[in-house]
Amino acid sequence: MGEVKLIATHESFPCARIEWSLKIKGVEYEYLKEDLSNKSDLLIESNPVHKKVPVLIHNGKPIAESLVILEYIDETWKDNNNHLLLPQDPYDRALARFWARFIDEKCVMSVWQACVAQQGEEKEKAVEAALETLSLLENQIKGKKFFGGEKIGYLDIVAGWLSYWLSVLEELGEIELVNAERFPFLHEWANNFINTSPIKDCIPPREDVLAYFSFGINYVRSMHGTQ
Amino acid sequence: MDSSDNEQVRLLGKWASPFSNRVDLALKLKGVPYKYSEEDLANKSVDLLNYNPVHKKVPVLVHNGNSIAESLVILQYIDEAWNNHPFLPQEPYQRALARFWCKTLDDKILPAIWNACWSNEKGREKAVEEALEALKILQDELKDKKFFGGETIGLVDIAANFIGYWVSILQEIAGLELLTIEKFPKLYKWSQEYINHPVIKEGLPPRDELFAFFKASAKK
Repeated sequence: MGEVKLIATHESFPCARIEWSLKIKGVEYEYLKEDLSNKSDLLIESNPVHKKVPVLIHNGKPIAESLVILEYIDETWKDNNNHLLLPQDPYDRALARFWARFIDEKCVMSVWQACVAQQGEEKEKAVEAALETLSLLENQIKGKKFFGGEKIGYLDIVAGWLSYWLSVLEELGEIELVNAERFPFLHEWANNFINTSPIKDCIPPREDVLAYFSFGINYVRSMHGTQ
Repeated sequence: MDSSDNEQVRLLGKWASPFSNRVDLALKLKGVPYKYSEEDLANKSVDLLNYNPVHKKVPVLVHNGNSIAESLVILQYIDEAWNNHPFLPQEPYQRALARFWCKTLDDKILPAIWNACWSNEKGREKAVEEALEALKILQDELKDKKFFGGETIGLVDIAANFIGYWVSILQEIAGLELLTIEKFPKLYKWSQEYINHPVIKEGLPPRDELFAFFKASAKK
């Protein structure tokens, strides 16, 4: 149904979200690899406001912001593979959107801060804050195979970074956040998610994610005068 | 409509908050009767803590016992739960654009303007520059439309209540000229259409009270 292109970088988990959903829907697309240190004209034209990836271009029309793109994909290819990403009921949809924002606004930030924080009291506090956000997610997944129920849904895709990118951040930050003892349900969900097709078929090599995050962490630490 | 209808929909809010006001406007546009409770954020009610345990903030919508928080999430819920006066167009690409602009309002445009209005001497010039840039990108999106939603008020218009109404008050208090007819004629014209829209007009808080509220905050 038309021409689909995705401007992305493979280490970015917001970009991974889009690939997962397109693959779940069985939509063919052209992957346009972006170099964020030397942004392409296409990226700047397609997302002039933020100049960020991912950007989906469908029949020449661009859409930016991963959460917006996910809803677009779900609505445009709603009959594909009998697999809807968002629930049908308005209240369930509201809950999914609420938790997606929570993940992107609170969870990601708190995990990142725990990772970059200096050892000592600063790190302890940051880890505590991150654990608090994760415990809320643990409650949401309790008793369910996926956030979406029996099948992977919108919230699983949004939370997907926890199943892979998180462990890289934990390693780099010398912290441990999600394990089987502390968050058994989230831990089990993460294993299910990362081992399900098509998710497992499009995750980036670990060393690339390591390099990508290392760069960011070193930058932040250099701003604080630590190394 | 009997009183049990009013009790089915409840809004916990704060009269001076544009985020809370978004939900008032949305419910009024849909013609949904509701019960409003003013929350004192320095002394949070048991209801607020029950209905929004994660963030403990307003606005919170309660409908048939179900609670929803986060103004943009609530707006979309209202649009999906009540089919009349749709806030979003039917076509997926136009819907995506509306959602994008709502997110951009909250992530980029509102913070830039808010920062400029509360900036101190040191950061003022840069903050004002960013605010003006944010208003420009919003005006570029409006183009020649009457509202962001076209001929009728849409999701982006509701989300942009801060731009349409709060900005003129805050910029006056800060002694800044951000949204003016000279600088942004199209956006300014939109703001006038907006605040004079019959439903919106009734739903916005009184200007003098809002002015006094923010002026008092500025003194602190």
